[in-house]
Amino acid sequence: MVNFNRFTLANGLKVLVHEDATTPMAVLNILYDVGARDEEEGRTGFAHLFEHLMFGGSVNIPSYDEPLQRVGGENNAFTSNDITNYYITLPAANIETAFWLESDRMLSLAFSEKSLETQRNVVCEEFKQRYLNQPYGDVWLKLRPLAYQKHPYRWATIGQDLAQIENAKMEDVKAFFKKHYTPQNAILVVGGNVKTEEVKQLAEKWFGPIPAGDKYERNLPQEPEQVAERSLTVTADVPLNAIYKAFKMSGRTDANYQVFDLLSDILSQGQSSRLFNSLLKEQKLFSEINAYITSSLDEGLFVVEGKLVEGVSMEMAEKAIWKELELIATELVSDDELTKVKNKSESIMVFAEMSLLDKAMNLAYYELLGDAASLNVEINKYLSITAEQIRAVANTTFKKEKSSTLYYLANA
Amino acid sequence: MLNRTVAPAFNQVSDINFIQPISKPLANGLPVYILNAGEQELVRIEFIFENANWSEQKPLQAVAVNGLINSGTSTLTAKQIADGVDYYGAFLQTEYSADFTTITLYTLTKHLSSVLPILLSVLNESIFPQHELEIYQQNQKQKLQVSLQKNDYLARKTFAHAIFGDTAYGSDINPSDYDQLQQTDLLAYFKAAYQPKNCTIIIAGKFVDKDFEVLDTVFGGAWQNSESFDRNHFSFSVKAGEDIYIEKPEALQSAIRMGNLSINRTHVDFPALQVLNCVFGGYFGSRLMANIREDKGYTYGIGSGIASLKHAGYFFLATEVGANVCADALKEIEKEITLLREDLVADEELDLVKNYMLGSMLGSLENAFSHADKFKNIHFFGLDYSYYSNYVETVKNITAQDLKEMANKYLDWNAMARVVVGKK
Repeated sequence: MVNFNRFTLANGLKVLVHEDATTPMAVLNILYDVGARDEEEGRTGFAHLFEHLMFGGSVNIPSYDEPLQRVGGENNAFTSNDITNYYITLPAANIETAFWLESDRMLSLAFSEKSLETQRNVVCEEFKQRYLNQPYGDVWLKLRPLAYQKHPYRWATIGQDLAQIENAKMEDVKAFFKKHYTPQNAILVVGGNVKTEEVKQLAEKWFGPIPAGDKYERNLPQEPEQVAERSLTVTADVPLNAIYKAFKMSGRTDANYQVFDLLSDILSQGQSSRLFNSLLKEQKLFSEINAYITSSLDEGLFVVEGKLVEGVSMEMAEKAIWKELELIATELVSDDELTKVKNKSESIMVFAEMSLLDKAMNLAYYELLGDAASLNVEINKYLSITAEQIRAVANTTFKKEKSSTLYYLANA
Repeated sequence: MLNRTVAPAFNQVSDINFIQPISKPLANGLPVYILNAGEQELVRIEFIFENANWSEQKPLQAVAVNGLINSGTSTLTAKQIADGVDYYGAFLQTEYSADFTTITLYTLTKHLSSVLPILLSVLNESIFPQHELEIYQQNQKQKLQVSLQKNDYLARKTFAHAIFGDTAYGSDINPSDYDQLQQTDLLAYFKAAYQPKNCTIIIAGKFVDKDFEVLDTVFGGAWQNSESFDRNHFSFSVKAGEDIYIEKPEALQSAIRMGNLSINRTHVDFPALQVLNCVFGGYFGSRLMANIREDKGYTYGIGSGIASLKHAGYFFLATEVGANVCADALKEIEKEITLLREDLVADEELDLVKNYMLGSMLGSLENAFSHADKFKNIHFFGLDYSYYSNYVETVKNITAQDLKEMANKYLDWNAMARVVVGKK
């Protein structure tokens, strides 16, 4: 149970407070409702590059990191296809410093040319480190545009290529800020050894004077329903053949989302899971095999991926994957199997309450989904799922015409 | 009118409260340390074994025993073990590190009595079936083949071998080493290393008397494993610095890893050296990050650290930089080392680092698990909680002159093994 209080400032900023007196620390987490899906074709990677620029100084404060470190705090941020999330942890006694820093960069950035120049380079190095200079690193750069044809999920958060990042201009940065970094497009969560009244005063003091800005109306290109099987074969300088199979699935707020989640758990969570036992241990076709969901807000992907044992043919490996998917799409999972994945979901949720930062991030994300209170009843959605629901979802999902397959082959 | 140019008032962290565990051995003498804290009805139980019987000829013996420990016992198959643990929503993790092997159980406390008997079977009667060993060999070899294509992995492995040679700390594993694994060797290691005389149990979370009784009932009796064993012991001599270059003509980035033998947590200088390390490369605002990432944009990240092993300590720094700027990055790293050896750190910077480190220590004590981790850090080095009070005092009182002395004593470009994988 994650308790919280909630209020909204006149400029539209939503504020949630989670009081936890067992820690001497505090967290300030701010979620901006903007991600890579809000980018334009040809200017991709921008939401993430922008996240870097948020640390390049704000209108009244030349350095973001330094004053925070001086009061014993730390911070970081991440960007996904859907959201951009910033967080600070610091001794609770110094919480006002977090309000001061975070509100000033919502008010306005410094827009320094030097910072833009440096962060373009840093992000290009990040691009190389994570996606280009690693075996299999570019899989998602290939798989996304295969699975999506219209929706902006067809590019990865890092962007389509290095050139688009290198070409980012200051005027783009300013326009992006004006469009997305407004109080009404953000959710602020303050957690830890704080009191709601204190947070209210600090929020009014530091965030209250920020102009509301214009409301951003999201109007994304819709992905047409996939009706034909897709595939792409690439060869690269990697040691093993690999397969990546992506199926379309519901978005995060759909009633079936939790069913997909349990379905992926039955197939792939832990060493008791089906794919691990059947494909890796018994048939010895794969040295690694996994199934997981992308949990995106719009139509997402259910992914099955594996690295083949040397000497196993791709045809045989793929056939074996299909056999498992067809099995779960036609036969009911056993009571024990279902109870197992439900128990696992329950325990994962309890463990997530061990971390103050996780609690704050979850509150912000569930508030974005519609209501932070749903975090505390999320488990009930899992516990009520039946074997019939799992079979039904598997049956409508695991179809050839809804699949996109990337064959990633080792250079002979 | 709100003046946003002035920072709010703040305080340096003054009190840091460490929760100490209670010691409560099992009936058979097995030492148990319990840190009963937290709101959630869950618990983490770690069974920690010291690595033993090191043999250069069998570098993967202990690693493989750890990797295969949940792959079958005289009463349970691998699948039954996994089903049993997963059914109760529990997690069983196995970890091999330089000095210790750890089997960790995470579970809701209410399921303890269901899950612990499975764990006893695993720790006491594993059989390492031949067919499981073969799958393990094949799949680990494939994983290693992938790792060997990663420059940062190669740099890490090459660096460790340069410093520590063919010991458990530096062993240079290749795919063919997996072929040498024998079931009989695994069984022999298991019977020697996995026994109460070589085990410490550390518990964190919700764990009360009745839970202890469950634990004692399951693990407090006789274990079958009782072979004699020798705990690993290594000693190392300082080597001259050297450049080691592994060229990768196609590399977009070069992995750099460098460092040298240093001191571990038991040395009186260790806390002061940690402050120096923090200034140099230990946090986001460090000299290395400020220069090589935030000023030059050569890398996504660069950092340094001091690793404290049981029988050695070492200093290291690591980064991946654009292949075209690798030589420049190396020059800048050397420059930053020279600066710390020749010039005093400014008061403003030192104050910031002190406050940052104290806040960071406070923040690292988030829950029962992290308090238990702090205990492990001292317990296995034969230290007590005065280590932490000394650490806090050192951070608060250290001077720029002290740091300069530390730099001249411990931070030396010429003494380092300097590994580059990629292009330079």
